[in-house]
Amino acid sequence: MKSKDVVIIGAGITGLSVAYYLSRNGVRNIAVIDKSFPGSGSTGRCGTGIRQQFTTREHIVLMRESVKLWREWETSLPLSVHFRQGGYLWLLETEKEVSDFEKYVKLQNLFGVESRIIDKYEAKQIVPDLDIENIAGASWCPTDGNAYPFDTVEALKLALKNYGTKINAFEEVVGIETRGGAVKSVITNKETYSTNLVIDAAGFGARKIAKMAGIDLPLKLYRHQIAVSEPVKVFLEPMIVKGELYFTQTYRGRIIGGTDLNEPETESLQSTERFLEKYATELLSVMPVLSSLNVMRQWAGFYVVSPDHHPILGGTPVSGFLVATGFSGHGFMLGPVIGKLMAMYVLHGIMYLPEANNLGLDRFKKGKLIEEKAVIG
Amino acid sequence: MNEKNVIICRCEDVTLRDVIDAIRSGITDMESLKRKLQFGTGPCQGKTCVPLVEKILARELGKKVGESGKITSRPPESPVPFGIFESSGEEK
Repeated sequence: MKSKDVVIIGAGITGLSVAYYLSRNGVRNIAVIDKSFPGSGSTGRCGTGIRQQFTTREHIVLMRESVKLWREWETSLPLSVHFRQGGYLWLLETEKEVSDFEKYVKLQNLFGVESRIIDKYEAKQIVPDLDIENIAGASWCPTDGNAYPFDTVEALKLALKNYGTKINAFEEVVGIETRGGAVKSVITNKETYSTNLVIDAAGFGARKIAKMAGIDLPLKLYRHQIAVSEPVKVFLEPMIVKGELYFTQTYRGRIIGGTDLNEPETESLQSTERFLEKYATELLSVMPVLSSLNVMRQWAGFYVVSPDHHPILGGTPVSGFLVATGFSGHGFMLGPVIGKLMAMYVLHGIMYLPEANNLGLDRFKKGKLIEEKAVIG
Repeated sequence: MNEKNVIICRCEDVTLRDVIDAIRSGITDMESLKRKLQFGTGPCQGKTCVPLVEKILARELGKKVGESGKITSRPPESPVPFGIFESSGEEK
């Protein structure tokens, strides 16, 4: 039996980021546990995008703060995360879409995000290879961007190593003991940790972990697929979005992107040819010049989706059992701010961004849902 | 033999030295090693480098090949132009 101040379950970006901010603030007796290797879940499978163009105050403010932290991570972590502010160019097909996005832009501007509506000719100036024939306009935010998931995991791993915080990879949580409505210990296939504080950051396993503590998280798993091309010289820095399609180019030269097949819930991570057909068709309609580029790899990951597409953050009915999950496809981009929010919550008992107070598990019981309209891919 | 001159992954320019350094820094499974060094993510899809790295990892750890995990291979089997997958307007 080992005694730990905090046990973090999940070594994806969320768990690693919470561990990083706790370590930075002097909490060192932490166990970070993952049933596989760090970044093995949705983090390592994600589409790299980091955007602030959302439609609710909660997402806009959290992402505005996360972008600030991404910039800080790029300079202060021991390895580069390859954060690049190439912008998000959201192509709009109809005048109705343009007028909807005008409203979203107003809300984004109100909370300090510098997005704006542009016409198709300006979009073409930003990305000359676009086919703008069927475009009515675009929503453009130059401070959105992307980062490289593998490099981010490596940078956080090294930062934690430097603090002396250990990651226990390939260790599986099999039980959580509670007594009198409070967490007492975490049992894995290798060890028992006595602790008063557990953070469930297990991504697609978060629901299963919470169940061990007697808590039912309203989460559903949806498979989403991504493909990358062979590397070519970097010519595309913004993320392009149109309908369900999104794509950009990584600093390693690959065109990376995906689209939505609108599939029902599944536990399968098998990739499909149907995805490649839909993705290629949508991709080439926006950027025909990519037709002869080779697609190199495809894979699938999960969106861990909450009923209102917003994160579930903070306390639960079991004292000392905290959750940070349900990111609904936005866990990577939210990683830095979630780590800081949760670490500050552990240390000071408050969410330092008031908007995060609206994201508690109790909102589903109280019927205070927040509906996000802008979920892509 | 200078380990810096031995190329293990030609697509991503990873040397034998890089692989040995990463293993000695504490990485002991194939998947984490791949993410650290990014071998096997190029156009050859790991057909050359992955068996080599498996052997080096086994040798360094004193284990058998395959005991430290396998890398998931991803479709397509070889690179294919996006244009091949594009469906025409009539099919929609």
